[in-house]
Amino acid sequence: MNWSAPDDRRYTETDEWIMIAGDTAKVGITDYAQDQLSDIVYVELPATGASFDTGDIIAIVESVKAAADVHMPLSGVVTEANRDLEDQPDKVNSDPHGDAWFIKVKLHHPSKIDALMDSEAYAHHCAARNN
Amino acid sequence: MNYLPHTTEDRNDMLAACGVEDISDFFAIIPEKKRFPTLDLPEPLSEMEVLRELKELAESNADAEHHPCFLGAGAYHHYVPALVNHMLLRGEFLTAYTPYQPEVSQGTLQTMFEYQSMICALTGMEVANASHYDGATSAAEAVIMALKHFRGHRTKIVLSPTLHPQYSQVIYTYTQGMGIKTLAVNEPPDELDNLNTHIDEQTALVIMQYPNFLGELEDIENVAKASHDNGALLCVVTNPIAMGMLKPPGEYGADIVVGEGQPLGIPMSYGGPYLGFFATRQKLVRQMSGRLVGETLDVNGKPSYALTLTPREQHIRRDKATSNICTNQGLMATAAAIYLSVLGKQGLREVAELCFHKAHYASDCIDTLPGYSVRRERPFFLEFVLRCPAPVSEINAILFDDYGIIGGYDLGQDHDDLKNHMLLAVTEMNTRDDIDALVEALGAIK
Amino acid sequence: MISPNKREEPLVYELSRPGRRGIQFPDPDVPRTKLPSSLLREDLNLPEITQLDAVRHFQRLSQLNHSIDSGFYPLGSCTMKYNPRVNEDAARIPGFLYTHPLQDTNTVQGSLALMHELQEWLKEIGGFAGVSLQPAAGAHGELSGILMIRAYHLARGDKGRRKILIPDSAHGTNPASTTMSGLELIELPSDKRGNVDVKVLRSACSENVAGLMITNPNTLGLFEEHIEEVVDIVHDCGGLIYGDGANMNALTGIVRPGDLGFDVMHYNLHKTFSTPHGGGGPGSGPVGVSERLMDFLPDPLVTIIEDSDEDEPPLYGFKTPPKTIGRMKAFNGQFGTLVRAYAYIRAHGGDGLRGNAEHAVLNANYLLSKVRDAYHLPFERTCLHEFVIEGRWRDVPNVHALDISKRLMDYGFHPPTNYFPLIVKEALMIEPTETESRETLDAFADALLEIAAAAHNNPDELRTAPQTTPVGRIDEVRAARNLVLCCHTQYPSNPDPSADPES
Repeated sequence: MNWSAPDDRRYTETDEWIMIAGDTAKVGITDYAQDQLSDIVYVELPATGASFDTGDIIAIVESVKAAADVHMPLSGVVTEANRDLEDQPDKVNSDPHGDAWFIKVKLHHPSKIDALMDSEAYAHHCAARNN
Repeated sequence: MNYLPHTTEDRNDMLAACGVEDISDFFAIIPEKKRFPTLDLPEPLSEMEVLRELKELAESNADAEHHPCFLGAGAYHHYVPALVNHMLLRGEFLTAYTPYQPEVSQGTLQTMFEYQSMICALTGMEVANASHYDGATSAAEAVIMALKHFRGHRTKIVLSPTLHPQYSQVIYTYTQGMGIKTLAVNEPPDELDNLNTHIDEQTALVIMQYPNFLGELEDIENVAKASHDNGALLCVVTNPIAMGMLKPPGEYGADIVVGEGQPLGIPMSYGGPYLGFFATRQKLVRQMSGRLVGETLDVNGKPSYALTLTPREQHIRRDKATSNICTNQGLMATAAAIYLSVLGKQGLREVAELCFHKAHYASDCIDTLPGYSVRRERPFFLEFVLRCPAPVSEINAILFDDYGIIGGYDLGQDHDDLKNHMLLAVTEMNTRDDIDALVEALGAIK
Repeated sequence: MISPNKREEPLVYELSRPGRRGIQFPDPDVPRTKLPSSLLREDLNLPEITQLDAVRHFQRLSQLNHSIDSGFYPLGSCTMKYNPRVNEDAARIPGFLYTHPLQDTNTVQGSLALMHELQEWLKEIGGFAGVSLQPAAGAHGELSGILMIRAYHLARGDKGRRKILIPDSAHGTNPASTTMSGLELIELPSDKRGNVDVKVLRSACSENVAGLMITNPNTLGLFEEHIEEVVDIVHDCGGLIYGDGANMNALTGIVRPGDLGFDVMHYNLHKTFSTPHGGGGPGSGPVGVSERLMDFLPDPLVTIIEDSDEDEPPLYGFKTPPKTIGRMKAFNGQFGTLVRAYAYIRAHGGDGLRGNAEHAVLNANYLLSKVRDAYHLPFERTCLHEFVIEGRWRDVPNVHALDISKRLMDYGFHPPTNYFPLIVKEALMIEPTETESRETLDAFADALLEIAAAAHNNPDELRTAPQTTPVGRIDEVRAARNLVLCCHTQYPSNPDPSADPES
């Protein structure tokens, strides 16, 4: 296994991570997801101010041979999108859990984050799919 | 005649290797009652017999090599330099598949890259794809692209009344399940300036044709302004030969330029295979459908080519793809690339001007005939509208039966107001003698 | 930015020199008319080369391609069989090549007779009540078919049917065609034997289902073992069956999809009936339909207007089906491709077509028998015209299907289809076709066996392949990250100064 899942955040079954930072939460895709996609060549991000329900498609990532939708882990409003990724999509490969966050969100119900998977559960979820 | 290679011995050995006694055993899984139907097809023929039968069929057609042809309306009889066909018959172009494996497909890939570059030059645009099926389906794909661009926030499409009627029909077919409003402005052509009044903030795309279906050159800039003032995109359908002399739609502000590439070295062949070209702005490239070739490097740093932006396409994005298109018109795009390379900037200009001069000579001559008049509201390129003293179908029948001439397109079949109006096309293939013969024949029909 | 390094063959723009020309046209034989000066362009950036430059350029480019004519091309799902040359000559007979699509039908009876005959043959081969030759390619036929299914339900006032069921092994065009038709996709899983999972199908069927799209044999090369049950389940819930005819080369003269209950199917004339693929097209995708979809066929059909009598052949013309979904393209289908398919079917007859299917299946099973011990086979069954193996081994995790494909190029073969179908990891999909000899199949099998051995002994040999092709392994990531889709920034035009008002 050559991917990590830090324990400072929560995870979805569709390979997004979410981390509370002050008033807002940051959302990105996991190390496992970027590894599966391989070299990412394009990221499409939502507009600031857009509102999404849990599970809505918020972004698209493309590699040479695949494309994946990125889903909203919890409902909320986008307060900022990481526009750097549009010019430097390779950052998603090099630093998926850090610099390559996708959006910042004002969550409607921040407490619901506890219902998502922790890093251990997510690691199991990934391992199960790798067989 | 079949093309199977195995000797009896080969077949027996191979069946044995498969652990099967008879070749029919492979099909045991197929429901028995329906297995091995007797097909009621004619008995097979040898190669020479097939060719003889097809020659007989072909000879019962009247073709433009044997009859002066003044029919256009979206397909045109132009000269194809001999080497175009010779190159197309190279087996390496003819019998290759889609260049999914770039290391063994550089020939097709570089040819497509050159084709894309030349289509950009013709249309005055920044990017072009590697082809759609024909001009009409290119226009339909422009609609889909505009809808994607506005992500469902705009659902109205405005079609110029002077768009080719079959293009409008194809757009209706493609969009019938999409829940959008397609508005064809159906007034008679004299009122086509009304187009702009139909463009509003719900409009995703406006489609006009230049030269239009009647051969005329309308004011693109004016429609571009009305489109952009309302935030809509403008698609211009154009004739690539006209681009040899006319300022391209890209310079007037078009967002998408499409058209029928058949005039670029592809014979009329009773309607296909043709070539839909499609060009747009770089910023819209991700909403564009169809294959695209990009330049890159190989592992040793050598410039080379590969299909790119493939995640837009159906084999990766499946139900979310920009279109379902897979097979395109690769060989026809190759023909266009060779044609444009051989003609070059001077040759294409010469063809365009030849068509222009001959069409205007023809219109000037016919205009003097009693009972006939040429519509002259706008400048035209190689096609013009002729008001006739009798129904066009009757005139065409006499032209063909008595003079061996293939006459023009009957505009009355699309527009009630254009009954007794004929659309005549003149290309470099029509000699002065052909034109004079047409004038004389029309003069005799009253 | 275009790289300054040397290309295998220069771009045509690099060959350009101002003033050179490849062809000359005659001066006008009519008086000149004044050009509309305000509408003229100032410059046109096309190359200026001689005819010899053009011949050499495109000849050299062609030599960089692999093709059926140059070697084995076992690309699964694509049916890369021999393309008979006589069909090229047939399509170029002047009476076909120089007819205008809008000519009076009285002047093109030969073309219409050919189209009518081909419609009849395709009805017979697939067991259908009607055929339209209009669609330009397989995906175009799919779109026509799904639009017909949609229109059929709507015409009956059955407005709730918005779902199309599609197995997870389907070609990507199936879901894409569904979306384009404004309908929604429900994906069906495959069972352990590679069939549609009948249980899941049964539970997915409801009064909301418009139809099922099915490829049979499927993209694994396997015939659906419960096909009649599958058809009945969908029909019983009021849905229709769409057949993706991409794999029809396995079934001509073997079984007719119409007899199995399919309501609509497209043919790929460029696969089953051997019209050349042309580096990506043109194809041709006629659709056949059962009785209940006849009225919805794309416009127009070729029909007999007046029957023949003793002295005269029948009179052919066009007709518009009463509830047609409309035109799919301008004019009359890919006519030149139809001529080639006509010639092919005419040469074969019914028994010949059955022989093609039988030998396509024999060749696939023979090849499979030779390689099955060295590669993992996801479904242990008799295949039809193609089969899928896994291009990976548990004990060499760093070797991928792509490496096998690239290494096959060094043996002079085109690789199989890679990474499809999606339900098999590291898939290699192999379709040898009926026109390949035993010697070719043996040589290809030997190459696959050597590569399997090398994967374990010398994996670098695979990972650095190909070594013998005109270019080495291509950086497709760079192509996508630094988009260069046109060469005009590097090769701008050299406008004639007199034409430039600024100078």
